[in-house]
Amino acid sequence: MVELRSEAIAAAKEEEDTPRRFLREAVRDLVFRKPLGAAGLAIILLMIAMALLAPVIAPYNPVANVYEKIHQPPSVENWLGTDQFGRDILSRIIYGARTALLVGFVSSLVGATLGLVLGVASAYFGGRFDLVFQRVMDVFMAFPLIIMALAVVSIFGTGVQNVILAITIPIIPRCARVVRASALAIREIPYVDAARAMGFGHGRIILRHMVPNVMAPYLIMLTSFMAQAILLEASLSYLGLGVQEPVPAWGLMLQGGAEEYAESAPWIAIFPGLAISLSVFAFNLFGDAVRDALDPRLRSD
Amino acid sequence: MRHASMRTALALGLAAALALAGFATTAAAAPKKGGILKYIIPAEPPSYDGHRETTFGLVHPIAPFYSLLIRVNPDNPASPTDFVCDVCAEMPKPTDGGKKYAFKIRKDVKFWDGQPLTAKDVAATWSKIVFPPKGVASARKGQFHMVSKISAPDDETAVFELKFPSGAFLPALAAPYNFLYSAKKLAQDMHWYEKNILGSGPFKFKQHQAGAFIEGERNPDYFFKGAPYLDGFHGIFSSKLAVRVNAIRSGQAYIEFRGFPPSHRDDLKKALGDKLTVQESDWNCSLMIAPNHLKKPFDDPRVRRALTLAVDRWGGSQYLSKTAIVKTVGGVVFPGHPLAAKKAELDKIAGYWPDIEKSRAEAKRLLKEAGVKEGFEFTLHNRGVDQPYKIVGTWLIDQWRQVGFKVKQWVQPTGPFYKVLRSRSPQYDVSMDFNCQAVVNPLADVFKFLSTDRSGSNHANYTDRKVDELFDKMNRTGDIEEQQKFMREFERRILDEQAHYFITLWWYRIIPHRSSVKGWKISPSHYLNQDLSNIWLEE
Repeated sequence: MVELRSEAIAAAKEEEDTPRRFLREAVRDLVFRKPLGAAGLAIILLMIAMALLAPVIAPYNPVANVYEKIHQPPSVENWLGTDQFGRDILSRIIYGARTALLVGFVSSLVGATLGLVLGVASAYFGGRFDLVFQRVMDVFMAFPLIIMALAVVSIFGTGVQNVILAITIPIIPRCARVVRASALAIREIPYVDAARAMGFGHGRIILRHMVPNVMAPYLIMLTSFMAQAILLEASLSYLGLGVQEPVPAWGLMLQGGAEEYAESAPWIAIFPGLAISLSVFAFNLFGDAVRDALDPRLRSD
Repeated sequence: MRHASMRTALALGLAAALALAGFATTAAAAPKKGGILKYIIPAEPPSYDGHRETTFGLVHPIAPFYSLLIRVNPDNPASPTDFVCDVCAEMPKPTDGGKKYAFKIRKDVKFWDGQPLTAKDVAATWSKIVFPPKGVASARKGQFHMVSKISAPDDETAVFELKFPSGAFLPALAAPYNFLYSAKKLAQDMHWYEKNILGSGPFKFKQHQAGAFIEGERNPDYFFKGAPYLDGFHGIFSSKLAVRVNAIRSGQAYIEFRGFPPSHRDDLKKALGDKLTVQESDWNCSLMIAPNHLKKPFDDPRVRRALTLAVDRWGGSQYLSKTAIVKTVGGVVFPGHPLAAKKAELDKIAGYWPDIEKSRAEAKRLLKEAGVKEGFEFTLHNRGVDQPYKIVGTWLIDQWRQVGFKVKQWVQPTGPFYKVLRSRSPQYDVSMDFNCQAVVNPLADVFKFLSTDRSGSNHANYTDRKVDELFDKMNRTGDIEEQQKFMREFERRILDEQAHYFITLWWYRIIPHRSSVKGWKISPSHYLNQDLSNIWLEE
């Protein structure tokens, strides 16, 4: 009796521990089998923490001009130096993570998700709809990502919301095209026919039966688009078409200092440049690891 | 005897050495002929017609091809009152109580096509500028509201008759855009000069490759004998600041006439040492803020006063002059001009108080009184040009933050920026604006601040008849003391009592150029002294 009870307790405990153990094993797996991906994830988590805790960890107000401190090189007081307005570069980089992540997450999530739904729908309906829809996608994809984003910003204007829109629009056809390829194969699998035979609606078949089966390419694209979105936001801001001063944003920090102070105060350009490179690098590493984990052809065992 | 002859020999030798040195110095200072001046032009001319354009992008490449009636003295371009004849034989003395100016025209002036330039050409040119026919644009027509008639009774006399005596007339006449055109060409087609160039200036047009360069060659028939010194010029178009700076650093260009920010001056000086000469001057351009009176709460003078009271101009001048092309604190008149406010007078105007803490406390009080809450959000409409617009814009946002405003910047490229600014129902809350003039002529330069129905460039959108009345009074009196008195009242009304507009800082012009460029003197305007006739190369 006692034995039975203790077995039951052990089983219950084991059941309780399962998610924790799963997470622990997944992390251990990631660290040992994909160390680069783990490093990427660590940097991403650090960025997220920086963005969330910016008001707590930033040593100074990122928008406050300080006359006496313009062009100060890195020092104990200002670890990464100050810019042409006497603003602390470290504080601006910390707050700038908010802009980068906001634009990166929102535009890649919305763009990739819309692309996912449209790509699956295009594959599912096929025929003339697929033909017309893919030609429209061809038109969008004929423009390089940055050109398309530039065009959108020129039409709608600058600012965070418009930058998000400008980056989201060119992501949609790219994701839709990749997802459609996977969805075309899934459409031929009998359970889709079975669902149709049971009288399920198109929406239900697409969203509940097809979309979950193309999650692998979707997740891979999502992570890779995040890196691209961060880079695009920085590029647009650098060109003066993204977010505007005094909003702390990495590309904008480069725009203000890269050209004019490259010689006299190089730290103004170096540190935001490093922040952009590091974040893009991190998302790319993590994206590669996700791809390796989700793509059976790339699994080593 | 021997000693005496030694002494004589030594003295003679010393005298000879001194004479040689003196000769060498004189020879170095004397203008040299020859060479091609390569310079950078940051913008292309929208057309070739100086009468319709308002940009340095026209003056820098096109002014060398034309002569003017009178001009700012090229040897003293910093003076706002020193004007000399260009094609006229001597500066006229006004008659009829200051209402009539008769200019005698030189007989030796010729267009490149060999036709003589006579008083008829002068009258036809000026009639086009002052009384343009329908469909012909004239950017400076408004500056000649005092002119009633222009005529040429004979080939050597051009007569200007005024409605009333005006101190603003001669400075307006000397504007570098007022190129003299051929009456014959104008009679054939009033728009001919928009796409063609035919002048009587120091250089003849050679070629213009759009987007790349423009070239001119010496005009052998130029009426100032001996000038120009250069064989020709090669103007390179490039809007990118880094390209312009590197062109001077590498020697691909000798000079750029608009102006560089202080950081580039320092970088170039560090790199080129004695090979670089820097000329600096106050600039007849002011950057100002236009609160849109058509939008609440900016229709309330208390809110507008709070906006200007929040800005620390004296501190900002020291700080921004290290990074931007702005420096001088001033009122509505170019600082240093006899009509400009003195420091003690400025100190009494809202926004110029020496104690910024007191000023900001007053701003907060006014906002509270006007019912504007802490954290009130508005948008600053700005032009997408770094120097000095975006830099000053970012600084202003921080200044306003300190009295509780939360300001976003709405930056637009030049075209859309002006479209919004000139819109009949403008949507901005507060906009950056500027007043950039060629010849320093305060009586005419402040025209911008008149009521909207009188000034086409009042972007704060107000009607204030008191302002108009003061403007008329100071423009119709020849007495400098009266002009000063009315100007102070006018200034106080605009900047303080009503805070219709407010000046941030005046621009500061920095021209770092290769030391081999000689003869060119900086002026308070990037429009002035650009015909290149007095430049030579010391190589």
